[in-house]
Amino acid sequence: MIAHLPILQVIIPLLAAPICLLLNRSKLVWLFSLLASGLAFSISILLLQQVMTSGVISYELGGWQAPWGIEYRIDNLNAFLLLIISGISTVVLFAAQTSIEKEIPKDKHVYFYVLYLLSLTGMLGIVATGDAFNVFVFLEISSLSAYALIAMGNKRQALWASYQYLIMGTIGATFILIGIGLMYQMTGTLNMEDLSQRLPEVAQTRTVFVSFVFVIVGVCLKLAMFPLHLWLPNAYAYAPSIVTAFFAATATKVAVYLLIRFTFSVFGLSFSFTTIPLQTLFMALGLFGIFVASTTAIYQSNVKHLFAYSSIAQIGYMIVGFSLSTVTGLTATLLHMFNHALMKGAIFLALAAVVYRVGNVELKNFRGLGRQMPLTMAAIVIGGLSLIGVPLTVGFVSKWYLLTALVEQGWWPIAVLILLGSMLAVVYVWRVIEVAYFKEPLEQNVEVKEAPMSFLIPIWTLVIANIYFGIDTRLSVQVAEAAAQSLFGVSP
Amino acid sequence: MNLSLELMLQLCIIMPLLATLAIVASGRHPNIREGVTIATCLALIFLVVSLYQGLSAGESISVYWWELLPGLTISFDIEPLGMLFALVASFLWLVTTIYAIGYMRSHQEKNQTRFYVCFAVAIGAVMGLAFSANLFTLFIFYEVLTLSTYPLVTHAGTEKAKKGGRIYLGILLSTSIVFFLLAIVSTWLVAGTLDFTLGGIFADDVDKVIASILLVLFIFGIGKAAIMPFHRWLPAAMVAPTPVSSLLHAVAVVKAGVFTVLKVCIFIFGLDLLAELPSTQFLLYLAGASVLLASLIAMRQDNLKARLAYSTVSQLGYITIGALLATSSGVIGSSMHIAMHAFGKITLFFCAGAILVTLHKSKISEMRGIGRQMPVTMIAFFIASLSIIGVPPTGGTWSKWYLMMGTIETEQFVLMVILMLSTLLNIAYLLPIAFHAFFPNLTSFKTSDKSNNTTNITKERLPSFEIKEAPLPSLIAIVVTTLGCLTLFIYPQPLFDLASAILTGRG
Repeated sequence: MIAHLPILQVIIPLLAAPICLLLNRSKLVWLFSLLASGLAFSISILLLQQVMTSGVISYELGGWQAPWGIEYRIDNLNAFLLLIISGISTVVLFAAQTSIEKEIPKDKHVYFYVLYLLSLTGMLGIVATGDAFNVFVFLEISSLSAYALIAMGNKRQALWASYQYLIMGTIGATFILIGIGLMYQMTGTLNMEDLSQRLPEVAQTRTVFVSFVFVIVGVCLKLAMFPLHLWLPNAYAYAPSIVTAFFAATATKVAVYLLIRFTFSVFGLSFSFTTIPLQTLFMALGLFGIFVASTTAIYQSNVKHLFAYSSIAQIGYMIVGFSLSTVTGLTATLLHMFNHALMKGAIFLALAAVVYRVGNVELKNFRGLGRQMPLTMAAIVIGGLSLIGVPLTVGFVSKWYLLTALVEQGWWPIAVLILLGSMLAVVYVWRVIEVAYFKEPLEQNVEVKEAPMSFLIPIWTLVIANIYFGIDTRLSVQVAEAAAQSLFGVSP
Repeated sequence: MNLSLELMLQLCIIMPLLATLAIVASGRHPNIREGVTIATCLALIFLVVSLYQGLSAGESISVYWWELLPGLTISFDIEPLGMLFALVASFLWLVTTIYAIGYMRSHQEKNQTRFYVCFAVAIGAVMGLAFSANLFTLFIFYEVLTLSTYPLVTHAGTEKAKKGGRIYLGILLSTSIVFFLLAIVSTWLVAGTLDFTLGGIFADDVDKVIASILLVLFIFGIGKAAIMPFHRWLPAAMVAPTPVSSLLHAVAVVKAGVFTVLKVCIFIFGLDLLAELPSTQFLLYLAGASVLLASLIAMRQDNLKARLAYSTVSQLGYITIGALLATSSGVIGSSMHIAMHAFGKITLFFCAGAILVTLHKSKISEMRGIGRQMPVTMIAFFIASLSIIGVPPTGGTWSKWYLMMGTIETEQFVLMVILMLSTLLNIAYLLPIAFHAFFPNLTSFKTSDKSNNTTNITKERLPSFEIKEAPLPSLIAIVVTTLGCLTLFIYPQPLFDLASAILTGRG
């Protein structure tokens, strides 16, 4: 059993999805999905433990040997990601049943869970596999189910948002496919490990160069890096709230993982950072992303939009850390992936609770909620403080590492810019807080009460995780550091 | 009781936080709730005094909590400067609580439970800050203090409170995150440690330019020290209820700022390095400018609390100057001034609040003649003014004396003149208030009635001569802090011993 963990990680949610169709009873399906996701979470914990103690796990699918058969390869990096994805998915699912009651018509509940599980499968698959073509397959599984999930939103704009995402996502996926195809043409292999050994021989050819560019652009589309982020705000704002919480915390992280995997493992550090001026380009785009997206966030009147733009800005921080191409920089990025998942998971779940009680998340409807939904609002406050990077929250940990990485390399001006960027976060977070705590409630909202327990428990689980991992950083820092070191080929 | 000193130290920080639970639980019964708060105050004073005795007995008291990031620990260590700050803060917390009970009840403020909860969190943060053993721990409590006082500043919940809160939080958070955090990260990378060490942590051959930049970042980043141009939050925070202004803006928050400045100057840079840095001179003049300008602005304020706020900005400049002078008399003067100014300024704020609660007056121009109604309050105001000015028989004399000594020793005559000028300005903006309260210069108006050719001379009338003092708890608080000002003049020895022990190591 233990030996098969890498494949079980992916196959459990994959098989659970069609079984959901058979069960066909909303509540039952919910419990079953929760079980499947919970199992995936426990597997990811076991995998991480195993990787931390005994190193990389290589699993050959169907017993076919590696370069020919499909290999699942779990190292520190993807074990970390698997943990984030399955963990967030499980916590979010807790609140799912209550939330979709109000947002999705009853006859579609079962489909919702089926798609949710498929999307989870896709993400776990992208991360777990060691095969480049397999990445594409899982990418399509997760994306297609994501388009459908977003389209389930109860406003008509959801369809348009989903369509936008479909177009952009498909372009991205196609680019990645083209890139992988060109790589295959040059090397005759799809196994990532194998690719990384064979690519240097043909590194000087134009084909490899083109395939690299295709992959990078494709991945950047998926991760909504500025200026390729246009699909994200609407997709997050109009999707059902639970879907937003799940995607905001995980989907872009998977794309960042792909970026790291392709640049560091497949193409190799020296190729990636010398053929095109990746460092300058990404640092500039990352900074632009932080400032433009944060500023846009300030002017949003829909709170989901506001935090969606904030997500784009946070991706900017990850990109800046990545662009440094140092161990500390990469550690900062990995830490921020973990930490950002916790903050945004908490915030968007709290927003889901607001939607459940108030009906929408227009800023004006937040008036007086500080008193009417104290626990939910407190969660947004703590999540917001974490976004700002206040000490004792997870946001501070990643900010500390990012700053260290920048100052270490002598990038003082960039460090100042990063800090100024986080001041913008103060502004947009405080807009929400001021409305919630200083204004009298709107007339139609006088009756609004605190969210039910089915929301509060998952929300506060994530909030407490925000604080806990801001205080006890051993797990996140150790894993992130080990992953970064192994990507650089430094033995820890 | 037989608690170990280490446990006591931890209790100082944890107990106020635990008290918040009891305060919330007893929120419906104001008497129990206030009882809990006062019991916590008393227990805290007991703990701090026991720690003081331990420190005087020459014991070293330090606690290690956990490692937050590799190499960066949350740990505490008691040294004389922190002890001094903790003593002042814990004692004045008790006094303020007594005052607040009178004030909040007679003012019928809402959300009093939230008020006492935030108060307790703030004092816990101050204790953590005072005892922190490294810059990292200090920074964490510094931010906790900022955030826990935000609800206090915006307590009224009005549009004006919201605006004031915005400035308060905006300046304190942005300076601390943009400058202070950057300075800490850089120090960590340059020096390899953040532990407070007597004589500084930088190597002897550290690049002077980098150290200079870091010093500027630190002084700008510690926004709580309110050096111009980062002082705007202090007057903005005056929208808070008076007990908040008095404790937080005469003691906890602002003193946390200058305390951090002192800590950084003495234990991160070390006085020797500090004296050599080119940026020190620049910062000294900046602080000097801050002292003078703030005094000048204070003269033009008609709102009593705003005048006191600017006066605080100016007095904080004294402490920063003392720290940057990098001599032992400067440090002694600065650290004594933390205590002296705290007692003086808190009395002044208490008086301002008392006037507001009983006579509903906040403008200085309306306060003529009120000495007859509130004699005790106004006498206290007079004595506290003397302490701020720095003349006998009040405690302010001593700290100003040492600060002056410091400027003379280092031959900073410009600064000496600034300090003297500022003293004159203090007299000009503080004494008239008490003076007019007792000797109102009443103006007469001549009005002539043209129709029947008569001229009436109307004398401005004083409202009433009936004695109408502040609520009893508030009055007690005022008397206690005023006596404190006087006692510190007669008996400054323990304070001086603590202050002079800072540079020699443990007392």
